[in-house]
Amino acid sequence: MSQTVIEPVTTAVRDENSPLLEIRDLEVGFQTQHGVVPAVRGVNLTLYPGQTLAIVGESGSGKTTTAQAIINLLANTGKVTAGQILFEGRDLTTLKAKEMQDVRGRLIGYVPQDPMSNLNPVWNIGFQVEEAIRANGVAQGKAAKLRTIEVLKEAGLSDAEDRLKQYPHQFSGGMRQRVLIGIGLSARPKLLIADEPTSALDVTVQRQILDHLATLTRDYGTSVLFITHDLGLAAERAEQLVVMYKGKVVESGPSQEILANPQHPYTQRLVAAAPSLASRRIQSAKHPVVAAPATSVAGANDDVLIKRAREREDAAPTKDLISVEGISKMYRIRTKGLKYNDLLAVNDVSFGIQKGTTTALVGESGSGKSTVAKLILQLETITSGRIEFDGQDVAGLKGADLLKFRRRVQPVFQDPYGSLDPQYNVGNTIAEPLLAHKVGTAKERQERVRELLDQVSLPWASRHRYPSELSGGQRQRIAIARALALKPDVLVLDEAVSALDVLVQGQVLNLLTELQTELDLTYLFITHDLAVVRLVADNVCVMQQGRIVEAATTDEVFDNPRQTYTQELLAAIPGGNFEFGR
Amino acid sequence: MLWYTGKRLLQMIPVFFGATFLIYFMVFSLPGDPIAALFGDRQPAPGVIEQLRIQYHLDQPFIVQYLIYIGGFFHGDLGTTYSGRAVSDVMAAAFPITARLALLALFFESVAGILVGLVAGLRKGKLFDASALVVSLLLISVPTFVIGFILQYVFAVKLGWARTTVSSEAPLSELVLPAIVLASVSFAYIVRLTRASVSENLGADFVRTATAKGLSRRRVVTVHVLRNSLVPVVTFLGVDLGSLMVGAIVTEGIFNINGVGGTVYKAIKLGEGPTVVSFIAVMVVIFVLANLLVDLLYAALDPRIRYAK
Repeated sequence: MSQTVIEPVTTAVRDENSPLLEIRDLEVGFQTQHGVVPAVRGVNLTLYPGQTLAIVGESGSGKTTTAQAIINLLANTGKVTAGQILFEGRDLTTLKAKEMQDVRGRLIGYVPQDPMSNLNPVWNIGFQVEEAIRANGVAQGKAAKLRTIEVLKEAGLSDAEDRLKQYPHQFSGGMRQRVLIGIGLSARPKLLIADEPTSALDVTVQRQILDHLATLTRDYGTSVLFITHDLGLAAERAEQLVVMYKGKVVESGPSQEILANPQHPYTQRLVAAAPSLASRRIQSAKHPVVAAPATSVAGANDDVLIKRAREREDAAPTKDLISVEGISKMYRIRTKGLKYNDLLAVNDVSFGIQKGTTTALVGESGSGKSTVAKLILQLETITSGRIEFDGQDVAGLKGADLLKFRRRVQPVFQDPYGSLDPQYNVGNTIAEPLLAHKVGTAKERQERVRELLDQVSLPWASRHRYPSELSGGQRQRIAIARALALKPDVLVLDEAVSALDVLVQGQVLNLLTELQTELDLTYLFITHDLAVVRLVADNVCVMQQGRIVEAATTDEVFDNPRQTYTQELLAAIPGGNFEFGR
Repeated sequence: MLWYTGKRLLQMIPVFFGATFLIYFMVFSLPGDPIAALFGDRQPAPGVIEQLRIQYHLDQPFIVQYLIYIGGFFHGDLGTTYSGRAVSDVMAAAFPITARLALLALFFESVAGILVGLVAGLRKGKLFDASALVVSLLLISVPTFVIGFILQYVFAVKLGWARTTVSSEAPLSELVLPAIVLASVSFAYIVRLTRASVSENLGADFVRTATAKGLSRRRVVTVHVLRNSLVPVVTFLGVDLGSLMVGAIVTEGIFNINGVGGTVYKAIKLGEGPTVVSFIAVMVVIFVLANLLVDLLYAALDPRIRYAK
């Protein structure tokens, strides 16, 4: 396989050190019914002791497969088909199972991606940490128990002694990730592989954990191999960067250099699409709105988005389409036995949304933003307050009126994998709301499906396909088409782009803005990602612990955040103030 | 947990009354006259039939018959069979034998089934797995009595390793072959259930993480795969206890065992209400208790399941 790969990390001259990890021409393939499908196609990278290197790329680029190949965590069907993985000069691909077992944990630690699924639900936390400590010969017997507590404390669980006997489901996502980091570092490995260690967490938690990880690895002199799709995170946390695309390394070198001056077209697209706060300001100030060249698709998106935002701002203000006045929602949480605790999920929240505009609700998980969405959608009843839609009180709508309301206010949810029925093909999925509301004849419904597929830029032929055959971005388009089927006035978008890769995210955001102009839609945009808010929202409400702590236009919030909490949120965005090259 | 167990035990009361009432009603509604059937072709003296009817309360309406039975039940009197034996004596003779048989079968199917299923799941797509699937499919599709007769012929008649029929005391050693026959179908299901569960859990993220910790393969499988895979198997075992009792009717027939199966079968044919109902009531209680045990085992296997109220 011939290719032009820039020899990585040669710029860093480290004659006194031999590399800790050196991957040479690595090829990994997966056995399928149609033969071996290559996932990694000739990867080279070098990592020196004490260094931090990030592999960046979209899902399916082979970054995780590369990382898993190092300590052979590949699924049964995956095989290293060519190349070498040299760790301290020893080729790991030739090790026997028993020898690899000694390398894992002791020499190379691993922190997995999803804290929710990576701890065994049936064993308590203490057991799972202690097990790693014993297996790697760090300590035995009583010493292992003491070491367990020490490891967990180092990882940031201050009350480790009391929580040893607790099970994973009693821990929050952030806490679980701390446990997993503790396990990964428990034997003081020379190398830590961290596969998207924080992508499932809130920005502020993410920041804490990454800071903590940086301190620990610096103290122990551990090298870190980051796997991430987040360019901002890579820029901030890693000295060296390797950009992967379709199983190949397309660019590598010092991260600041690459991000400031990307050479490969793919890296350029990736950098352009990265939603970063600082870069956006420069961009919109420098460039008047012109049609961007086709090569930098995502960059063009931004300009168009900004232009549209301007146009919307210029429109004359009218009466609010949705007006929320002092709504609260109380949940009763059952504690021990028969006792109840009241939880105020939404506390005296008021805001209004004008027709044709986008209001973003921002906050961490647990801030009550999704509950507000459910209250507006009439999926939950409000405890107190008042929600008006088009001048009408929506609380207590029943029967036909409620159906009418539902037709006008449609939701799009976060997980495009979970919100589509796997047994329904695309055509039926989109037509379902029409059928449910008894709209039109079969022929008219089919016409409408055609129109909708066209609006979300999917080919007519895709109506016969099933969700499992579509990518995440395509699925989210289907979900949007389904929401649009009944010609609603309002879309409630609950983390609608959070699960998507940056490039796809850019496309979907662009689509949403296009549709807004075309159909005069009103959006309530719920997200934890402030960088995305900048691209689409006219107004922002920042929520914390059930309250709105700051509400203003998008520019005001970003340029002049008044609340410390908002400032924290802005500061926590990885690479937020890093100037990406364009 | 105690609260939950107590609540579940209290739930047994309506289940007990409902089950006995329904079964009594069904036996009552069976066509034919039990007393007439008792004499077969012979013609008894005219007064005898009348006397027997009164003795067994068959002249009373259904609801009275049921109440008389329930009343006796709480005084420890389960009634008598039409041949004059006390139902309690019949039960004392039959239940221990069937209990031995069923428990032995339960032991075989769970130990062998989980073991074979585990190995098959670990070697998915290999020869062992393929053979396990074929054998289990065979066991599921061939009726128990066919398997019973084949095993009886091979091991008892040809090889002489076991007795063709079980003696009336039915010691454990003689019950081994019948227990294997009785367990065969459930064994096949457990193999398939364990296999599917194991191969699913092998792909779980936490198993990969366990491997990445540096644990040995053996430890990963026994500690992280097996325990998580047992939840569906335990569910099946609880429900299966019921089908073991049903299956026992066939197996006991083949090996001529004087257990519950044969006794209930005869009683149903004779329309002996009290006998049928007493046996079934005990079975219902065993079944409900077994399912309670399964639910408690769940909580032990999976800490996410906690019965709060």
